Amino acid sequence: MNEEIIIAGFGGQGVLSMGKILAYSGVMQDMEVSWMPSYGPEMRGGTANVTVILSDSRISSPILKKYDTAIILNQQSMDKFEKSIKPGGLLLYDGNGITRHPERTDINICRVDAAEEASKMNSSKTFNMIVLGAYLKLRPIVTMDNVMEGLKKSLPERHHHLLPLNRDAIVRGTEIVKSVHEVSAS
Amino acid sequence: MKGNEAIAEAAIRCGVDGYFGYPITPQSEIMETLMLLRPWETTGMVVLQAESEIASINMVYGGAGCGKKVMTTSSSPGVSLMQEGLTYLAGAELPCVVVNVVRGGPGLGTIQPAQSDYFQSTKGGGHGDYNLIVLAPSSVQEMADFVELAFDLAFKYRNPAMILTDGMIGQMMEKVEMKPFKPRWTNEEIEQLSPWSTTGKSAARERNIITSVELDPLAFETFNKKLQAKYRKMEQEEVRFETFECDDAEYLLVAYGSSARICQKSVQLLRAKGIKAGLLRPITLFPFPTKQIAELAGQVKGILSVELSAGQMVEDVRLAVNGKVKVEHYGRMGGMVHSPEEVVEALEKKIIGG
Amino acid sequence: MSIEIKDIIKPENLVYQKSSLLTDRVMHYCPGCSHGVVNRLIAEVIEELGIQNETIGVTPVGCSVLLYNYIDVDWHEAAHGRAPAVGTGIKRLRPDRYVFTYQGDGDLAAIGTAETIHACNRGENIVMIFINNGIYGMTGGQMAPTTLQGMNTSTSPFGRDLARDGNPLKMTEIVAQLPGTCYVTRQAVHTAAAVRKTKKALFKAFENQKLNKGTSFVEVVSTCSSGWKLTPVQSNKWMEENMFPYYPLGDLKDK
Ligand SMILES: Cc1ncc(C[n+]2csc(CCOP(=O)(O)OP(=O)(O)O)c2C)c(N)n1
Ligand code: SF4
Repeated sequence: MNEEIIIAGFGGQGVLSMGKILAYSGVMQDMEVSWMPSYGPEMRGGTANVTVILSDSRISSPILKKYDTAIILNQQSMDKFEKSIKPGGLLLYDGNGITRHPERTDINICRVDAAEEASKMNSSKTFNMIVLGAYLKLRPIVTMDNVMEGLKKSLPERHHHLLPLNRDAIVRGTEIVKSVHEVSAS
Repeated sequence: MKGNEAIAEAAIRCGVDGYFGYPITPQSEIMETLMLLRPWETTGMVVLQAESEIASINMVYGGAGCGKKVMTTSSSPGVSLMQEGLTYLAGAELPCVVVNVVRGGPGLGTIQPAQSDYFQSTKGGGHGDYNLIVLAPSSVQEMADFVELAFDLAFKYRNPAMILTDGMIGQMMEKVEMKPFKPRWTNEEIEQLSPWSTTGKSAARERNIITSVELDPLAFETFNKKLQAKYRKMEQEEVRFETFECDDAEYLLVAYGSSARICQKSVQLLRAKGIKAGLLRPITLFPFPTKQIAELAGQVKGILSVELSAGQMVEDVRLAVNGKVKVEHYGRMGGMVHSPEEVVEALEKKIIGG
Repeated sequence: MSIEIKDIIKPENLVYQKSSLLTDRVMHYCPGCSHGVVNRLIAEVIEELGIQNETIGVTPVGCSVLLYNYIDVDWHEAAHGRAPAVGTGIKRLRPDRYVFTYQGDGDLAAIGTAETIHACNRGENIVMIFINNGIYGMTGGQMAPTTLQGMNTSTSPFGRDLARDGNPLKMTEIVAQLPGTCYVTRQAVHTAAAVRKTKKALFKAFENQKLNKGTSFVEVVSTCSSGWKLTPVQSNKWMEENMFPYYPLGDLKDK
């Protein structure tokens, strides 16, 4: 197993921490992982992205040009990364704020309206966990138990009372994700 | 754990006595992590924010003279400021560890990853005939492991050692296994281990003087010869490198640090295309794996040196190959990072096709 | 009778106009940052003195590193801490020009302490502007030499500890003692009145240069809402309550 993921959106959407939780979950499941953020001035309110790789074997380049999965959370990232998905790969996106929907036909496209759902749950902070849930539904590469372990590791102790809320958000994400386009398995 | 954090954690664990630094991106997390971990309360390690890199390296100079394990970390502009201090440390034959988390230059440049300080690091950097021991980690695990290795080598040879890395490895998170805690040396142990150090003159010994000045040119030439003999010994005994898919390779990539990680993927992509490529990754940049590259030059049809620079290490590769096969350079500059695919393309264009 | 917008926007109703020296570049400073206000004041003073074509500015390394994008004069970008030396070089070779430096507290009072003190001690006939926000803004909120006792920063996460880090450095008091300085003042830009006073101080500093009087040193006690992790309004309040008692406003020297 080797899954190469880019998560991209605005700074403040929890892009980096979502990647971190995924990476920690991989560690809990005894995988090799790497987490490589874009860093620097671009992070001030601008776009943020992180490359996460989960693998059974040693990971080579932590920076990539083509990905198995792109999780896209704003229009800028859609413009930048839609074309970087390997044929047959997965594009998961939040429709909120997207003005040009994905157009490729050689990849699987799924949509999760996480921003909307988060506001329904009255907690904008759960946004990234809803997205994570949606992703895990489509690519169940780590178990829920290990995700919760990963969450525990990446959340400071004083925030551990939020674990159940995050769990609910992940579960919600698995429920509301919907397929927009599927590549026929030929 | 992030690469930068791994350095901080490893420093505490391997019994470092003192850290002196000045904030600069992309390595400020090293001092920030140390300040959060408060090692002065546990191991007794001193952590101090200096007023500049000039001050940092001179604090290191003082601490190293006492036989203590001391280190500093910075990024390119700051390391440029340290060059005077480093040549004094080398001239006084003092051990210390300097980490350079390189960013794109020249000048204030950019904070994005680069490997454009290779010349400065491996060819001395300051004035005079000297070399630093230079280690190039390519994973977060190696960031942690090389702190101790750098100190071991620095003390073995009484010479400053540098860990040369960049923001890509510094900001990246991977799995790391930390070594168990080692106690710091006691003052008595230091007197045993480093009898040259300024620990306070006891009646039992002559006074120790840490210096790099010598007014008699003949005597100073003799000293220089001794230094050079030390560097030749390092070249004999301390070369470290790693090969990847080299056994049947027809084409060779040479790359270190972050670029080596990218090239590993390039090798996989090339092999998938049916091109027998391999990778040699120098781990020590000084001493350089000259012999190993020369040997591989007898086996392959061409070599591509891949660095995040305009082409610095390629000069050492060419010296090693000595005209046997074609050697070209490929690399992005100024903080841009090449993708595995770009390296594949460069090899096809510059070496296979050219 | 209703008033429409076009009735209001008329030359005779003009109360304030952006200095023609300020470029149209969007400033990159965070909301609530003092840098932008001081940048504007410098532009206004140079414009009102009519010395745009005779002025050379020296920028530091810090959040104001891109200051040269905002004011339409010639600029020289110095290495971290070296602006006073660069300014010295310019002024010595072009004594007919107005030269000013602009530096943060890390730049002026940590890595560049030696350059600062020696330029002031030589009485270089330049204007030195010192933005004291008690923190390293650009690199992400580390401790500065001017960080107050007990203040949390990323390299003093448990507060500045005097035993370890020393006392917050009062550079302005130090340079006031040097015979080379002719005018040393400490100002702020948190209220309209304070902004007017700072502008007056800058006027005086540039005029001193014309009169060849020596170094004029203008400190502006400033906010860094990002580094302090406060809102702009909270920052001003925090500054008044904590910075001003330690760094009192007013002239320290005026000869
Ligand atoms: C030689 C060198 N060391 C370190 C740095 C990193 N650095 C950039 S700005 C800065 C300090 C900024 O603080 P300050 O001068 O107070 O200005 P502010 O950003 O708060 O306006 C530092 C340490 C550098 N650019 N060059
Ligand atoms: S970090 Fe601080 S000093 Fe820098 S622009 Fe933001 S508020 Fe201003």
